[in-house]
Amino acid sequence: MNEIVDPSLVDWSRAQFALTAMYHWLFVPLTLGITFILAFMETIYYRTGNPEWKKITQFWMKVFGINFAIGVATGIILEFEFGTNWSYYSWFVGDIFGAPLAIEGIMAFFLESTFIAVMFFGWDKVSKKFHLISTWLTAIGASLSALWILVANAWMQRPVGMQFNPDTARNEMVNFWEVFLSPLAVNKFLHTISSGFVVAGVFIVGVSAWFLLKKREESFAKKSILVGATFGMLSSLFVVITGDTSARLVAEEQPMKLAAMEGLYEGKNGVGLVAFGVFSPTKTDPANEHLKDFLFKVEIPNALSYLIHREANAFVPGVKDLLAGNEKEGIISSGDKIARGKMAVETLRNYKNAIADGRKEEMQQLREKFVSKDFQDNYFKYFGYGYLKHVNDTIPWISLVFYSFHIMVILGSGFLLFFFLSLFYIMNDTITRHTLFLRLAIFTIPLVYLAQMAGWTVTEVGRQPWVVQDLLPTIAAVTLIDANSVIVTFWLFALIFTILLIAEVKIITTQIKIGPKEGGH
Amino acid sequence: MTLGRTLWAIILIKLFILFFVLKLFFFPNYLKKNFSTDKERGEHVIENLTKTK
Repeated sequence: MNEIVDPSLVDWSRAQFALTAMYHWLFVPLTLGITFILAFMETIYYRTGNPEWKKITQFWMKVFGINFAIGVATGIILEFEFGTNWSYYSWFVGDIFGAPLAIEGIMAFFLESTFIAVMFFGWDKVSKKFHLISTWLTAIGASLSALWILVANAWMQRPVGMQFNPDTARNEMVNFWEVFLSPLAVNKFLHTISSGFVVAGVFIVGVSAWFLLKKREESFAKKSILVGATFGMLSSLFVVITGDTSARLVAEEQPMKLAAMEGLYEGKNGVGLVAFGVFSPTKTDPANEHLKDFLFKVEIPNALSYLIHREANAFVPGVKDLLAGNEKEGIISSGDKIARGKMAVETLRNYKNAIADGRKEEMQQLREKFVSKDFQDNYFKYFGYGYLKHVNDTIPWISLVFYSFHIMVILGSGFLLFFFLSLFYIMNDTITRHTLFLRLAIFTIPLVYLAQMAGWTVTEVGRQPWVVQDLLPTIAAVTLIDANSVIVTFWLFALIFTILLIAEVKIITTQIKIGPKEGGH
Repeated sequence: MTLGRTLWAIILIKLFILFFVLKLFFFPNYLKKNFSTDKERGEHVIENLTKTK
């Protein structure tokens, strides 16, 4: 198949999916986090009866409403693309992907939609208690919706709980719980939603800082910062914990991604963690032109080995170990995996031909061979490698993954400090005097979105060339359609999403300028 | 135009564009459109997956 795939088709299809996913993700994390912040604010109102907390809740609810209304259904475009641009992928993963997405649809529709309606339109129409429960259920519903799509994404990074059916070319789910409770799925969910909580925390502190700079709504802004920064601080700590687990899972399941995240070419014992580094634009490793040399880097000795294995002198493989293999460390070379993958693809081809020619005995033998444990564990496991031409095809875009990872980590650490200072100044009641900090707080809002995009870039670009780890490369997943049609829809999406984004920013900033009002929203 | 009306208008226009323009004219389900049974779809996918050398 890879002989006839137009490279521009693959690139444009990837660009289109990346564009729509990134635009969609501009709306999602704020929804995930702000709904919980609303629930906390309304809980304070419910317990204290202080109408100021109602006013605060209603203002942020209005902001959430705008974000929700403009962002809703932007994710459906990704499902359109699965059917049109990624139909072979959709078919290949259908049964695994279908179940979580169906549950996601039901969760999103019934739980979120029902209780959002009560939350927005139920003030003074339902009891305070029922309204509060609705707000909490909206928050929980939003996170549960995210859960299922993240379970599906985690399966693509670590395919488990399924059996490939050579008759239908589909993976069939044999163990739902193995898919649902895969350590990668659990951690991905926790890491992603807590990072969404950080977005909401930064957003609330940033907008409140604007009110303080304008010397407006001081009490409202300080109370909002107190809740936003507390929630953000706890979430940031959780992001660090789940991020640490995530890195160890990546080391286990996707060692090439980890090597790219750290720009690690030569594996060794006692590997340092690159705190910061810059690649040379021209100089490359003499042994492999795909590997760019560092112009400079700041390294924390032994830290990567310790973080991954909890042992300062442990071995961490680099790109070259993964390409050439390392017998001592039990690493199979990419060349060997390619050979095994080609064997798996060839067996499937022979099986298909035997069916077509009516050679029943051969067909039976090949089927038994294909589904046998030995073949599954030693050949089908590397099925996707059968489409690769060269071992270097297994290397992702290292500089993009490296920089994205470091931007995410540096910004994430900065948010922790940001929330700490916000709380410190609020507790001391000195925040209005720190105008530089207040300005910085506003500037932090775009940075938190940048961190989100960087995180997803690490996840998705870092796992290239795979759409399903080791089983299906991007080149085999794309539908063979006219690249021009993909280019047209790419620009169409870019236009539509940009209009939506401008509308979002304009409407939200207008409402922020109006500010909170007594007795309604 | 009130905020509520503006948001409802955005939602409805967006849904119209998504489902009646994009889905209908630009995003047909490739396998459903070109093959009538799951068997044919599976055969087509296997055919493509096994073309590599």
